[in-house]
Amino acid sequence: MPLSLLLGLAMALLTVDLHAIAASRRKGCSHRVYGVSLTICIILLGTALAHLLGDRTPATLTLPLGLPWLGAHFRLDALSAFFLIVVNLGGAVASLFALGYGQHEQAPERVLPFYPAFLAGMNLVLLADDAFTFLFAWEFMSLSSWALVMAHHREPANARAGYLYLVMACFGTLALLLAFGLLAGPDGGYDFAAIRAAQVTPGAAALALALALAGAGSKAGLVPLHVWLPLAHPAAPSHVSALMSGVMTKVAVYGFIRIAFDLLGEPAWWWGGLVLALGGITAVLGVLYALMQHDLKRLLAYHTVENIGIIFIGLGLALAFQTNHMYANAALALTAALFHILNHSLFKSLLFLGTGAVLTATGERDMERLGGLIHPMPWTALAFLIGAAAISALPPLNGFVSEWLTFQAILASPELPQWPLKFLVPAVGALLALSAALAATCFVKAFGITFLGRPRSPAAAGARETDRYSLVALFVLAALCLLAGILPGLVVDGLSPVVSMLNGSTRLTAQSSQPWLTLVPVVDVKSTYNGLLVLLFMAISGTVAALLIHRFASAAARRGPAWDCGFPEASPATQYTAGSFAQPIRRVFGSVVFQARERVFMPPPGDARPARLEVELPDPVWDRGYAPIAAAVVALSTRFNAFQYLTIRRYLSLVFGALVVLLLGMVLWR
Amino acid sequence: MHGLAFDIAHFLAGGMVVASFLLLYQDRLYALINVFALHSLVLALAVGWQAAIQGAHHLYITAGIALVFKAIVIPVALHRIVRRLGIHRTLEAVGGVGRDMLAGTGLVALAILVMLPVTATADALAREDLAFALAVVLLGLLLMVTRRNAVSLVIGFMSLENGLVLAAAGARGMPLAVEISVAFSVLIALIVIGIFLFRIRERFDSVDMQAMDTFREERRR
Repeated sequence: MPLSLLLGLAMALLTVDLHAIAASRRKGCSHRVYGVSLTICIILLGTALAHLLGDRTPATLTLPLGLPWLGAHFRLDALSAFFLIVVNLGGAVASLFALGYGQHEQAPERVLPFYPAFLAGMNLVLLADDAFTFLFAWEFMSLSSWALVMAHHREPANARAGYLYLVMACFGTLALLLAFGLLAGPDGGYDFAAIRAAQVTPGAAALALALALAGAGSKAGLVPLHVWLPLAHPAAPSHVSALMSGVMTKVAVYGFIRIAFDLLGEPAWWWGGLVLALGGITAVLGVLYALMQHDLKRLLAYHTVENIGIIFIGLGLALAFQTNHMYANAALALTAALFHILNHSLFKSLLFLGTGAVLTATGERDMERLGGLIHPMPWTALAFLIGAAAISALPPLNGFVSEWLTFQAILASPELPQWPLKFLVPAVGALLALSAALAATCFVKAFGITFLGRPRSPAAAGARETDRYSLVALFVLAALCLLAGILPGLVVDGLSPVVSMLNGSTRLTAQSSQPWLTLVPVVDVKSTYNGLLVLLFMAISGTVAALLIHRFASAAARRGPAWDCGFPEASPATQYTAGSFAQPIRRVFGSVVFQARERVFMPPPGDARPARLEVELPDPVWDRGYAPIAAAVVALSTRFNAFQYLTIRRYLSLVFGALVVLLLGMVLWR
Repeated sequence: MHGLAFDIAHFLAGGMVVASFLLLYQDRLYALINVFALHSLVLALAVGWQAAIQGAHHLYITAGIALVFKAIVIPVALHRIVRRLGIHRTLEAVGGVGRDMLAGTGLVALAILVMLPVTATADALAREDLAFALAVVLLGLLLMVTRRNAVSLVIGFMSLENGLVLAAAGARGMPLAVEISVAFSVLIALIVIGIFLFRIRERFDSVDMQAMDTFREERRR
């Protein structure tokens, strides 16, 4: 029975954990922990894949754990199987990468014990079938990932990130707890089967949806609950960053899908609108933040925010179509969202692992101090380039397919009867297009500044290619990105059981029967896409162009010193920088969205100080949303601080006074 | 018969409230301890009467505990503590007897107003008992709030506990185990408090709470 196998394997991860706690300082422990994690993840991946492509009958299991009157319910259905694939694929590749990367870890005893626990927590969230087990696993996942964020806790920035993460994780779990409480109703039917069967009032359902959106959204990084994510994800070791950004955010999305599509009943029409609007704002703001970032890992973390926005756009569209019983279109939107979930886990893991390789080689995350890495690290550069092209939604890679499918769903929106949605959806489409274009800009910057040009620091100049394990991990992901891009029909077919489970058993038409592996989401007169043909065309035209250039142009070219436009012996600091690349965008969008200000300080004649250009980039979400809350909490606790230093008589008087007031209230109220 | 039984129970419970009032204005420690012994004696009688009219024999044990420990052992022990601490001549400044009495009267009224509507369905005996018990508890708290001497605080706490036992005896079906454990916890509290009183005196040369408060103030700065 696959479910007990999955649970057993998750438990096995926890056993690895015990070993890691006992032996983390010993030599070879790192290899053992990551090796066993890799093996377990591969078996979990295989089991989930077999379930999704095989018989697909949901399996359930109840263990006498947890709350005594409830027990621990577990269930394996198409949705959890799909997410198990995403999680364990990411887990396996990150473990493989860590076989090499983990050797450079200075404090393995702070990473090894929590790594398998983190993987186990994510797997258990996906298998949970009652609210208690779900929340328990969710918190387990949060806490173990918090411990990983705090692995290098001596840096003050990491400590702050960890604190913020903890606060936001508590908030998210509280929201989910309340959502499940609303869904379970006064009788406390906390297992998901009872919640599915129960009918909640429309008001309670709407509140539960909003709470689920807040709870899962805070973990996934939905604006305005994203603030912890760009701080916490980069603070962890790189393979953990890849897991957190590529995989854990997907577990959060799973939580939202499970509640919104599976547990809640019929959606109201404005739910889809709410999710759509949040998704659109998240996508654009995420990518704008990313453009302003010159820290490579933080840039990637902001891109996670953007991609979560894209996923939520798909989910919002699916909700909107489901309200109006347009299940064919809903199937399209759901497929797009699920496809993008898979894609984002692939290329975001790839990019974070690539950054990890750069970090090992140079010790730098700041792009302004990198550059020219394509020469010492050609293979890492190639893999990173594939990931960058995929996340920028360039054909023939996978990012294009899922964003194209999302656009197909958006194009179906005029069929929606509600006027607000008719207006909202095209606007969100425009936001999506904008974010896709800005993402491409951003990755031109990320790849160009990091890998091209000349080294900007001695650390970048002395870089070496990364180890074999890491390279294999990078190229596994790069190959998967390419495969999912040129054979999208197979992926769409693989997703169809999940879609039909969430969508009243309506799914897209089977794609494998289409000629030439073409992707035909609706009908072929409307729109089709063939990744294979695009790849062929690009390969042929690229080869021809290269041949022509070499034949006619290069032969006549001379090799001269680089950057020598009348300025010999130029310093690497004269190169185009990340800041200069982002400046036009900052002027166009930043001055409106972030109120970015530039100040030029020009010393008066005779003054020896250098001229300075200062850029001020406030974060409106933090300044308007979080800073007032933090200030209020501090002010309130300062007020109440006095209560810590009262005399015994004062405390007694307070108790006495409270008692008398309550009794008086009771008398008067009756 | 029922009328007389009810009247006696009423009388004894009311006697406890009166004893609580007596506690409020005692400014000598010996007198305070003696009134507390009276308080406990009335409690023992009240619980014993409840045992008789309810036919609940385990309540005799409760009454016995109240009589032996609260009316005899604890007052004697407190007497010795006061003598050994050498504070038997201290006059405690009880600020405004009239004020305390008025406040106490208000609390009794409050207790009755709270309890009578809530227990409208219970039988008359339990209703009166609960109202008086709440009044005793509130008066005990008032005593604790208005006094400064640590021994007076202990007496206030014990009289409050007496009110709880009265409530427990009035409500039928309170298991014996609970009553015994409550009685023991009070005894242990006495031992702990006694030890603490000596420790506090050792350190501060006083059992006046104000001395400790000034010490805390100093620590804070």
